[in-house]
Parts: sequence; structure tokens; C-alpha cells
Amino acid sequence: MARFFAVTIFVIAILSAIPIVRHTWWMAPDISTHGGPIDEQMVDTMWEAGISFLASQILLAWFIWRFSGDRPGEKTKNFPGGAKTVVWAAFLLVGTEVLALGVFGVKAWANVYFTPPAANAMPVQVQAGQFAFYFRYPGPDGTFGALHPEMISESNENFFGLDTANDADAKDDIVTAEMAIPVNREIHLLMHSKDVGHSFFVPELRVQQDFVPGLDLSVHFTATKIGRYEIVCTQLCGLGHYNMKAYLSVMSQQDYDGWLKKQAALQ
Amino acid sequence: MNENISREVRAMHDMSGHAAAVHHAPTSFIRKHVFSLDHKVIGKQYYGLALAAVIIGMVLSWLMRIHLAWTNAAIPGLHLMSTSGAPGDVMTPEFYLQLMTMHATIMVFFVLTTAPFAAFGNYFLPIQVGAEDMPFPHFNMMSFWVTFVGFLVLMASFFVSEGPTLGGWTQYAPLSALGSAGGPGEGMGVVLWAASIAIFCVGQLLGSLNFITTTLDMRTRGMSLWRLPLSAWSWFITSCMGLTAFAVLMPACILLILDHVAGTSFFVPSNVVINDQLQPHSGGSTLLWQHLFWFFGHPEVYIAIVPGMGIVSHVLITNMRKPMLSHRVLVYSMGALAVLSYMVYGHHMFLSGMNPVSSLVFSFPTLVITIPSTMVVLIWLGSLYGAKIRINTASLFALGFISMFISGGVSGFFLAQPSIDIMLHATYFVVGHFHMVMGVAAMFGIFAGTYFWFPKMYGRMMNETLGKAHFWLSFVGTYAIFMPFHYLGLAGNVRRYQAFVVEYMQPLIPVHRFITIAALFTGAAQLIFLYNLIYSRFKGEPAKDNPWQATSLEWSTPTTPPPHNNFGDKLPVVYHDPYQYGVQGSAGDYIMQTSPEKVTTPDEA
Repeated sequence: MARFFAVTIFVIAILSAIPIVRHTWWMAPDISTHGGPIDEQMVDTMWEAGISFLASQILLAWFIWRFSGDRPGEKTKNFPGGAKTVVWAAFLLVGTEVLALGVFGVKAWANVYFTPPAANAMPVQVQAGQFAFYFRYPGPDGTFGALHPEMISESNENFFGLDTANDADAKDDIVTAEMAIPVNREIHLLMHSKDVGHSFFVPELRVQQDFVPGLDLSVHFTATKIGRYEIVCTQLCGLGHYNMKAYLSVMSQQDYDGWLKKQAALQ
Repeated sequence: MNENISREVRAMHDMSGHAAAVHHAPTSFIRKHVFSLDHKVIGKQYYGLALAAVIIGMVLSWLMRIHLAWTNAAIPGLHLMSTSGAPGDVMTPEFYLQLMTMHATIMVFFVLTTAPFAAFGNYFLPIQVGAEDMPFPHFNMMSFWVTFVGFLVLMASFFVSEGPTLGGWTQYAPLSALGSAGGPGEGMGVVLWAASIAIFCVGQLLGSLNFITTTLDMRTRGMSLWRLPLSAWSWFITSCMGLTAFAVLMPACILLILDHVAGTSFFVPSNVVINDQLQPHSGGSTLLWQHLFWFFGHPEVYIAIVPGMGIVSHVLITNMRKPMLSHRVLVYSMGALAVLSYMVYGHHMFLSGMNPVSSLVFSFPTLVITIPSTMVVLIWLGSLYGAKIRINTASLFALGFISMFISGGVSGFFLAQPSIDIMLHATYFVVGHFHMVMGVAAMFGIFAGTYFWFPKMYGRMMNETLGKAHFWLSFVGTYAIFMPFHYLGLAGNVRRYQAFVVEYMQPLIPVHRFITIAALFTGAAQLIFLYNLIYSRFKGEPAKDNPWQATSLEWSTPTTPPPHNNFGDKLPVVYHDPYQYGVQGSAGDYIMQTSPEKVTTPDEA
């Protein structure tokens, strides 16, 4: 049975590695400017984790195969080098590799969070609420109108609580249920929640960020590929969480301008 | 009468100089089996509670998995659980989330914290240190009954009109703090959840008190700290974590309840609008809940796994017929895990909106904690070298634990890095990681302990054929269930979704169906264990006092099961380290800790 166990461990380890090696299920292709280092980190970590996984499972299987049973006449013996070898291996192999990953990963994180948005980044506001995302564009005046939570009314489609009657800045704001952005243009996404915690995730864009009620947060990114992508909520927000999504359309500048004009007319 | 007095007097001035807890053997049924002061009965009561909890938790997971694979299907009889949650036997979205929340809460608290620590620890820690019982038997009895009440309070949420809370076992605010406005089950369901967990915390604090004082103060003559078995060390280290972690969760739950019933706003900021109504809260902090919860939550996962490490080490050594490569490195590593576990909790919050610098700060200790984890695994592997491994159900589960812990552990390399977390946070990758490294591994530790210690607890062996069948189906089955979770996560499959309506997740549904079938098969295999447990309890082959030819104190009790005061009239004296295997003993290749004979290796014979 020991040998069968050893073989089983070996087979499971190999079978587990196959879909990874073949990218059978993998991240969608990156359409962002900041995603390169993230993907690199993923691949580097996959190598390290993969080798550690296979090596340790194979070692486990081999030792079970080799050292099971009474083997009369043979004494038990210790690993050559004893505990010292193992302790050093843990510190050196794992310690340095793992910390190296951490150090190199700082750059990928810094790209996203420690670089401020460009001065000419296009601001788009997104509001998350049970169970939909709404987006707001500042309109020709380039200024967002003030938000009045007490004026929010789903039935009147005043999703953001704008005082369009009295607030000049709010009058030309464009509110949409779909997000559209021009390709190759940096976007400054201003995020807030109307109610509970939500999260904004677009896998292709390599962007995920929680909304925190009470906090105004932002992320910035540039999309490099025209297409239609899904924005999904990843922070459990209630019964409609699974269905809380919106479409992100990345368009040519021309198409985007046309889209924005159409949306403005619908306000 | 005289005999009792002299034993009390002797116990009061026992050889170690410490006061011993003495309570007389009970006579009434209630005192023997219900409100017992005996740590062994309390341990079995905890085991029974964990067993009931795991059955419920597992059934909930089957319901979840069936719904995920066939979302619109009617599950026969489901309306009996909840008419509003399953009209026409079809699970509503909110009912899925409620079942999910209860599954996780039951498993983490009432199974993974209860069985490896409270059940086995209560039974065997006093015996392994050589004591008659724990020093505070009344607190100990209270700890079980308080925990049991906590369980009942949690179960009660199934019976209130809106059902249990749906906010996940993590109960993030403000969803958890808003009351019914947040959704079905968010009113009374949350209050019952928080009350249940606060009560659970009290039970654990009482237990930790006993574990710590037992280890430090109740060791018999000759039992220095370094002569304690690794299982005893793991329970001691875990109880230290328990004391500090549960002490933070309890007030957090109380604050959450206050937000519901006392009009406070600890966790709710102003300007929250639901159904076009401004909610009557202001000044609270959403992130505060997360900090409080995860400050507890990360040590909690080590509370769930460290006892398993101790049990697995203990079982492995007996079945390898040699001690570990380094006893001290294992102890120091478990201790390091415990200390570091308080410094890493922010890795659950990388994308939470806390300062991104904090994310980096938390990621470094998270990467560093890989070192003691690796050390533990490498010591185990290194110790297998040159061993004479006996294959039985207990050792199979112990070896299986190592395999599972490796698999679950390496996915941690990814999740420890904030930049990668951008892609993997809140996906099935996380769910796969914690199920393998904590769920399955801890379960294997519980199984290893059960098959190993059952003979001592009940005087009967468990059936080996059934045990091996249970092992094989569980080992292959749990890999079949949880390895695919990682692939789903890489593909962006978001967690806590009751159905997959998002376009990019459609191709992943067949994977979910495979997982569901694997889960149902593996679940069915657990019936073999249940049958074996019950059958062996009454009809198992009678066990000798030391069926595994093991060395630690539990195998030297005068009777099997041990008598009320564990060691009879005389407390044992310890002469040896805990794991004298591969030596020339009069009974074989081992020398028990209580044996006065000198250790000679075969060379010196």
C-alpha cells in the first residue's frame, strides 16, 4: 500500500501541474499598460510555487516508497546533515526566493498605487450600490456636480443624488449604466459606494479595487485594446452580488466621442 | 474514606510542589456524562459537538455545490429547510448566501477550532503532561457548555423568519451592521450570528486558561517542557493564540450587536442610502470591522492548523519508529507561526482601501511566515528519510496531511503578494487555498488523531479496512474537489456568487459540475468513517493498553480507557524524552517515557 500511495501522490502532483503548464484555465490577455509587471510576477511566482510543489510532493512520494515497512536488519537512520541542513534549506531557499518575489513585486504594486494619475487623465466617476454600477462623466464644463445622498432616487433615476435644478455643475453631468472609455487614454476612476462594500474588477484591465463606504477612492489605468469587457463586483454585497455587473467598452476616440454625445442627449 | 483523605492530602502536597486539581469520581449519570468535570468526558463532548457540526456543515456544502452546478434545479425537500428560501425546492440567491455563511461559520468555529484543539486537547493534554486533570475543572466544564450554547444560538438563526445572515463568515460592515435594510437575514440573523460567536469566544477563553495552566503548572515529576510530546506543545501554543485572538473578536461582535440594537454606528459611516432612504448612522468606520475581524481571523487559521501539526507529528513519529530530525525546531517553528500570525492579517485587506503602503508592509511578514511553514514540512520530510514507516489508517492520514499542507501552502506564495492579489483576490483561488491548507489538512489531522487515539479512548480498535477505504476516497476526492478551484481562480471566477451569469464565467460551469460530483462522492465516503466510528465503539476489536507501541504518557495509563484520575493511585514519573524510538527497549524498539530503564541504542547493546 505504501508504494501505491507514493505513486498516487506522484500522479496527483503531475496531473495538477498539467493545466497550469498548458494554461488550460488562465488569466485573460492583458489590455492595460500597467499589467505587464503583474503578469510577470504571476509567472515568476508560478515557477517558484510550481517547482516547490512538485519537488516536495515527489520527495514525499519517494520517501514513502523507499522507507516504508520494517526492513528487518536495517536500523532507522537520519537524513544526512541532520536538522541543520533542513533549517538552512528553509532559510536560504525559501527565505531568499520568497523575499525576492516580494521585493520585485513592489514595482508592480507601485505602478498601480504609488504613481499619481497623469495631469490630463480623463476623470470618470463610478458609484457602486446594491446591485448596479453607475457611471458619471463631467460633461463639457469638466466639473462634477456635488452629490446629495439624500436626493438619491432610483425611481426618478437620480442615481447619484444630483441637484440638476440648482447646481450648474451638475446640469451637464452625464450619467450612464455602461462605462465607455477611449483606447490608449489614461482614465482616472473616482470610486464611491452608495451603501455597502462593493468592488470593481475587470480581469483584462488588471484592476481590482474595493469600494469603501465613507471613503472616496480612485484608481487609474489605460486600456490598450478596443473591445467590450465585463466589470464585476467582487465584494459580497447582498443577494444580488452575483448579478452586479456592468459593461466596459473601450472605443476609438471617435467612437467614444459619438457615444458620449448620444448619452448626453439621453440625460 | 481514609483512602480519599490521604489521596487529597498527598495531592495537595504532590511531588511537583504544585496544587493539583482533585475531584472525586462521579457517581450520578448527570455528573458522569452530562455536567462532567472530567477533562476526558469534556474532550469527548467537544468531539461529539464537532461531529454534529461537521455533518451539518458538509450537508450545507453539498446543497451549495448542487446549486452552483445546476442553478435552477429543484433540490427535492429543500423547501422543508425554508419555504421562503426555496420556493418549489429551488434555492433563491439569498438562501445560497445564507447556507454559505452558515457552512463557513460552522466549519471554522465548531469543527476546525473545536475538534483538533478542544476535543483532543482536552482529552490528552492533561494525560500527556502527567496530571490528574486540568487545574480548573469547573471552568473547563463551563467552556464546553458555553460553546454548546453558542452552537445552539447559531443554529437558531435557521429558524427565525428571515433566516440566517447572508454576509459570509467574515460579516463585513456596513452590510452586517445595517440591520434588515441590508437584505434578508441581516437583522436578527446577524444578531444571532454575532451573539453566537461572542459566546463561543467566552468558551474558548475558559478553555485556553485551562490549557495554558495545565502545560505550565501541572506537569508531573520529570516532565520538563522539552519532554512534552509535540501534540502537547501544539495545544499549548494554540491556546496562547486563542487567548489573544478571541479576546479581540468578542468585543468586535459586541460592537456589531450594538450597531443593531443600541443605535450606535461603530461600523457604519454617514450617507449610506438603501432603497432611497438615508440610513440613520454616522461616524462609523467600515474598515475598523475588517481590522478587528482579521486581527482575530489570521491567528484563527493557525489555531485551526497548529494542533493538526502537533497531532500529525505525534502520529508520524510513532509510525516511523524514529523521532523527528529536530524536536526543538518543530516547537520553535510552531511558536514562530503563532507569533507571526498576528503580523500578517492585513493580507486579507490588500485591496480593501486601506493605505497601499500598509499592503506592502503586511506582505513582508506574510512572505516571511513561509519560512517556519516550510521548516515544518522539510523537518517532516527529512524525518521520513531513513524511517521504518508503518502504514495504517492513522499514518496514512498523517502523511496525507503533509501532502495537503504542501499543496495548500504553495498557493499562499501568490496570495502573499499584493500585486498578484489584484488578480486573485475574491476569486476561487483563495477558496481553494484555504480549503486545502486549512479545511482538508485539518480534517486529515482530526482523522489521524481519531484513528490513533480511539483505542485509548474506547478500549477498541477501529476497523482498518474501512479506515483505509475512507482514507483513499478522501485523499483522492479532496484533491479532485479543491485543485480545480485554483484553475477557476486564475480564470477570474469570482467567489460567493450563487450563480454564474457573467459571460466570461460561462465556460467555467463544466468545471463546477465536475467539482460538485467529486464533492458528493467524497461526502458519501465520509459515511464509511461515521459507520466505523459507531461500529467500533461497540463492536471493535478490544485494544491493548499500548497498541501502537508508543512512548508518551497516554499509553502508560493503568487501564484503557484511562481511569477517572488518569493514572490511578500514583502520578507517573518521567525519565525520558517523548520519542525514544529506534532504541533497545525491553519491550521492543522503543522506551516509554515512564520506563526507568536506561536508553541504549542497538549498537551499545
